[in-house]
Amino acid sequence: MANRSLTLPLIAALALGVSACATKKKDLPPPPPSATTPVQPGIDPNAGNNNVPPPSNVGNANVPGSAADFAAQSGSDHVLFQYDSYEFDEEARTILGKQAEWLARYPQIRITVEGHADERGTREYNLALGDRRATAAKNFLAAQGVDTNRMTTISYGKERPSVEGSDESSWAQNRRAVSVVASAG
Amino acid sequence: MRILFLAALALAAPAFAAPIRVDINSGIAQPLPIAVPAFATPAAANTEAGSTAALGAQVAQVISNDLKSSGLFRPVDPAAFTTSVTPADVLRPQFASWRTVAAQALVTGTVTANPDGGITVGCYAYDVFSAEELARNGFVTTAAGWRRAAHKCADLVYSRLTGETGYFDSRIVYVSETGRKTKRIKRLAVMDQDGAGHRFLTSGQNLVLTPRFAPNQQTITYMSFEGNRPRVWLYTLGSGRQQAIGDFPNMSFAPRFSPDGSNLIFSMSTGGNTDIFRLDIGSRRLTRLTSQAGIDTAPSYSPDGSRIVFESDRGGSQQLYVMNADGSGQQRISFGDGRAATPVWSPRGDLIAFTRMGGGRFSVGVMKPDGSGERLLTNAYQDEGPTWSPNGRVILFFRSARGGPVDLWSVDLSGQNERKVPTPLDGSDPAWSPLLP
Repeated sequence: MANRSLTLPLIAALALGVSACATKKKDLPPPPPSATTPVQPGIDPNAGNNNVPPPSNVGNANVPGSAADFAAQSGSDHVLFQYDSYEFDEEARTILGKQAEWLARYPQIRITVEGHADERGTREYNLALGDRRATAAKNFLAAQGVDTNRMTTISYGKERPSVEGSDESSWAQNRRAVSVVASAG
Repeated sequence: MRILFLAALALAAPAFAAPIRVDINSGIAQPLPIAVPAFATPAAANTEAGSTAALGAQVAQVISNDLKSSGLFRPVDPAAFTTSVTPADVLRPQFASWRTVAAQALVTGTVTANPDGGITVGCYAYDVFSAEELARNGFVTTAAGWRRAAHKCADLVYSRLTGETGYFDSRIVYVSETGRKTKRIKRLAVMDQDGAGHRFLTSGQNLVLTPRFAPNQQTITYMSFEGNRPRVWLYTLGSGRQQAIGDFPNMSFAPRFSPDGSNLIFSMSTGGNTDIFRLDIGSRRLTRLTSQAGIDTAPSYSPDGSRIVFESDRGGSQQLYVMNADGSGQQRISFGDGRAATPVWSPRGDLIAFTRMGGGRFSVGVMKPDGSGERLLTNAYQDEGPTWSPNGRVILFFRSARGGPVDLWSVDLSGQNERKVPTPLDGSDPAWSPLLP
């Protein structure tokens, strides 16, 4: 039980200390091994060439480098979670892997990762749970090579559901981490 | 608003034991029939809040509503009254006529205009059947402060007949909600305990959550998403000033004041881990109180400031824990089925109110600080976020209907008298103020 007294300038150091010693079971899982090589040369002719946008898919009218393009190329701009969980299933890993690939093509672009919870929990806990989810997604993307300086996180708890229903399928859609394309540098 | 107690009236109060008494602990007691006729006006006059005669009727109405809302009193319908009250009747009531309407107690009084533009409200309570005086007091206030004088009178009657402190002269801060769930607009709002004097404090531009009163009732701490930086803020009621408490790098939330008002306790999230911190408001000195892995949040001080109750999922699911105010001696107190969350220490110190989740239902319950004696007071689709009346007898919370509105509700400690608290829009995250001075 730490009971340290700190003055304000030390808060940042404290924050670093907490994330650095996160090893217990309730902490975030370690970033998964890099199952997906971020960008495969030969598959993407523009890999590594940050000045040339990737070719658009047939029938995809999204502006390359746009938020819509990000979601289309990644399969989704968000991943879903089980109840009270911040672990990723196979589908979520695939989406985050593709998000990382896209971000590798646009290294000037920053994202905000939003963490959200469904309505079936108390307000304060859901704020913390949303933070867990956003941080887990950020850590995953970082493990895929996305610079952490390009990513910020924010939790909305249960305050911003994506759908309005009060049923299992609505709750499942609201338990999510959304990667929001924030700006191009 | 300054309310002056008139000592001269109080001096004359008799000292004998009350022949009637309201048993506050019994959930099944019949509410006490009580008559609250319009207060008399010794000399009709106009004030900035209307004539003294009109105020006399309004004061009686506020008192009647207060007493009725407690569930412990049943005001007799004024249409049944067989007499109106003259100034002389206030000191020597016509008990026979009050017996005919089966009132067991009588609250009567006077409204007098003062030379300075203010008013004096005289408040008298009688036992109708024994024809004995129970209590009296006088309240001097501005004319606009007539409602508070009425609440003080209701508190006097409640206190005399139950043996408990009153709670009617108090306020509620809460989050007013409107709009679609996906784009909910939330604003801080305050109102008197009975819903009067409702006022919005913030514009709705920023998402705001969990407002809590300082002990002096002049400052409110809350969480705001202003600038997409969710953190703890302070709102000063007199000036309307809003101020972030610190430039923290991470989300800070779930704030509450210490009982002496000098410290804030709240949660801060770092890298997916959430711990509880204390901030000395004067020196800005920050102290970390928990460091376990997991979500530690919703801290609330004991009224003597020596301990803090909070929730943590360190053991696998949300449960209640108590620790000393310096963070030492952390100990789990909630067990049993389901999760326990949002604990709030009673102002009397004897109980902790909390949210119990289990079986797809959310309840508001109470337990002793050692975790024993758990009782659930409500059960619904989603009841959440309890707050105590200043006397620790009534609990306010918010209830979300499935796919429907979110409203403030209250229930008394016996689990009886569950009632909806009217608000202009939807309401959540209520916090009850201490009794006003």
